[in-house]
Amino acid sequence: MTQVEEVTRSIDARGMPCPGPLMNLIAAIREGTVGDVIEVLSTDAGSLTDIPAWVAKASHELVAVNDHDGSTSFVVRKMR
Amino acid sequence: MDKDDNTLSLVLCSGTDDRLTGAAVLVVGAAVMERKVEILLQFWALDAFRADRITKDHGVSEEAGPEGRAAWERHDGQHWSELLRQSKELGDVAIHACSLSMDMLDITQDDLDPLVDDIRGVAAFLGSADGGITFV
Repeated sequence: MTQVEEVTRSIDARGMPCPGPLMNLIAAIREGTVGDVIEVLSTDAGSLTDIPAWVAKASHELVAVNDHDGSTSFVVRKMR
Repeated sequence: MDKDDNTLSLVLCSGTDDRLTGAAVLVVGAAVMERKVEILLQFWALDAFRADRITKDHGVSEEAGPEGRAAWERHDGQHWSELLRQSKELGDVAIHACSLSMDMLDITQDDLDPLVDDIRGVAAFLGSADGGITFV
């Protein structure tokens, strides 16, 4: 697992039920500036499909999805 | 394809917290995926939107049974009213009160939480709610 991106902001949403992690990611993207790299940690299985679907719909970039021990980190670059 | 076939149109009738939460999760998903949402509140759902009781305990459906109710009470997700507030902030979500239900409950819009945009007759709602209706 290599992660070359410098994360601007990291959000620990582990333990939050669906759609909490996605909503936290959306809030962070809205608050950030273009080019920011936001990481969200989630244990919600729904995030595996929700976060990539939203990132594509909202035209941001899903830089990486990394499995950790029991959680997943999603690294997203704000594109607009 | 109709220009409005992407609209999520919901008629909420049940006023229990489980059904309102299920509906609110759908609404938040639609809002963030850039789908327009039109909601009509009828009867017990409308009653749950009264300003003085929106965050009070509205119970769960009978089908939950004791185990389902216990699971519900252990669950710590966001309240449905908060999910709807976020949906309105993030997307194009309109919440209308059914005028028949307003009459039955003998309330005015002043009695309702500000989440409710206006009062609609059913014909006006159907005019804006293209694409099939989901009844909860």
